[in-house]
Amino acid sequence: MMRTLLTVFRKEVLDNVRDRRTLVSALIMGPLFGPMLFAFMINLSIERSLEDAERVIELPVIGAERAPNLRRYLESRNIDVVDGPADRAAALDAVANGTHDIVLVIPEEFGEQFTKAVPARVEVIADRSNTQADRLARRARTALHAYSGELASIRLSARGVSPLAMRPLNIDDVDVSTPSGRSAILLGMMSYFLIFAMLMGGMYLAIDTTAGERERGSLEPLLALPVTRNQLLLGKVAATCVFMALSLGLSLGSFYVALKFMPLDELGMTPNFGPLTVGAAFLVLAPFILLGAAVMTLVASFTKSYREAQTWLSGVLLAPTLPILIVSILTLRPRLEFMFVPSLSQHLLLVDMVKNKPLDPLHVAISVCSTLLLGGLLTWICARLYRREGLLG
Amino acid sequence: MIKVEGIHKSFGKVHAVRGVSFDAPDGKITGLLGPNGAGKSTTLRVLYTVLRPDAGRATIDGADVVTQGLDARRRIGALPHGAGLYPHLTARENVAYYARLCGIDAASIDERVEDIIGLLEIGGFADRRTKGFSQGQRTKVALARSLVHDPQNIILDEPSNGLDVMATRSLRDLILKLKDAGRCVLFSSHVMQEVAALCDDICIIANGKVAIDDSADGIRRRTGCDDLEDAFVKAIQMVDPA
Repeated sequence: MMRTLLTVFRKEVLDNVRDRRTLVSALIMGPLFGPMLFAFMINLSIERSLEDAERVIELPVIGAERAPNLRRYLESRNIDVVDGPADRAAALDAVANGTHDIVLVIPEEFGEQFTKAVPARVEVIADRSNTQADRLARRARTALHAYSGELASIRLSARGVSPLAMRPLNIDDVDVSTPSGRSAILLGMMSYFLIFAMLMGGMYLAIDTTAGERERGSLEPLLALPVTRNQLLLGKVAATCVFMALSLGLSLGSFYVALKFMPLDELGMTPNFGPLTVGAAFLVLAPFILLGAAVMTLVASFTKSYREAQTWLSGVLLAPTLPILIVSILTLRPRLEFMFVPSLSQHLLLVDMVKNKPLDPLHVAISVCSTLLLGGLLTWICARLYRREGLLG
Repeated sequence: MIKVEGIHKSFGKVHAVRGVSFDAPDGKITGLLGPNGAGKSTTLRVLYTVLRPDAGRATIDGADVVTQGLDARRRIGALPHGAGLYPHLTARENVAYYARLCGIDAASIDERVEDIIGLLEIGGFADRRTKGFSQGQRTKVALARSLVHDPQNIILDEPSNGLDVMATRSLRDLILKLKDAGRCVLFSSHVMQEVAALCDDICIIANGKVAIDDSADGIRRRTGCDDLEDAFVKAIQMVDPA
């Protein structure tokens, strides 16, 4: 029994190591795609957060000459005032068609209203559906509010009223999140990338076990050999698992390296992702390997061709996101019953690890056992299906 | 020695094999002849145990193909129709994989693989990956693979399909060699001339039933046709349609 299993296993490994498609998806696509996308997203959010405070922006203004003080104030806040379109109608057009992201309009009556100390109207024209423009508009609005607040204080003081009367409340934000905790939000996506890479690593082997062998015509002679189908299937599933484990290990490694080079400190994040966490993450995610291999083999065994199997399995690659997504949207905290849900339990445990929170041994035990049990059950079903006549198509 | 006793097999509503019986003795070549869709492949697939008969039984050297499937498979070398190889493995690795699966002990695998490579004259391309092999090369490697454990019974499903003259001829020589070595060779074909030239016994199948089971001369006599092709056509017409 073991010898046959080992023979099948060794052949599958050799066969797939020589298959460029498998190698690319197992060793390159999965492990590199995740961390690269990740690095890209993190860099983008770092750029954005820095941008808001420091970068000098250009603000096209119509009628800037009517408010020289406002102009000076804006310029002191890193907002360069430039000449805007000819009139308000042109400004609306320019924003609508994207020539300008935002235009500030200072109407003719501004000076008069300002002198009379009635609210002087200014207009911020922007397209809210455009996130880039919305950020600029927010900066302009914040600056205008601040200017308005300063003027109010001055006017109150001039009338002998303390500007403090304007602030009945003094609101302070106290943030209890730790730098590791803040990183968990962003790094929470990591668990999905890891599971994705893991599945990618075994996808072509899982297809090959059934649909591939059938399409090639090598399944029938194989089944006519003096071995049991269980031995064949288990050998193939074992090889699939090894490729998945390899892919997972490489992904963890590439994440480890990528995070080292990411300026996460600038975002106030220090994820707990040292070599020890990487090792623990591998162990926590490893039970999912068997489950993933079994699910992919199962799905592939129902398909009629290699291509059909590929189509269906791309769907399977997305399935593990579902529970992660639901929990993230509802921002649910880890609970005992979540540990029975594969992919979700791995995700939650990983997030806790990255947050540097101690793991509840019971949670780990439930996650490992339930995932392994389900994986074992599905492998057994695969083996049953491998024995049916319809396997040959 | 292969014995087939009244096997039936249906796929949904299609009754593909309807009570086929014949014997394929050792030291003889038995041909399963019939038009396309007659039930030849289904019968052979039952014999190498990838299909289960709905009724009837078949034995390989006494081992029942249903209840003693593993035993039966040990005694068979099967070449299914359109058998495929592993394109990323060399011809030699393809053969050695089957040798290992058949349980040949590790020490003698290389020797055994070398022997079979010699027998099938595939030494010239044994160490190339099989991707891009010609049909003739592929069939030879597939044949070497199914013979690597030196089986007593050899089942070949349309082995000459897609082969050129030279490849067909070397296949014929091989089958005769196997016969001389006392093996039981059972192969299917839809080409009368090929079967007549090679077989000791011919079992003509049509519509899932045995039309006639005899030697080439016997078939000529019983159909009253001198020409084998005429005899074949006449024998098929003897079976009532499904």
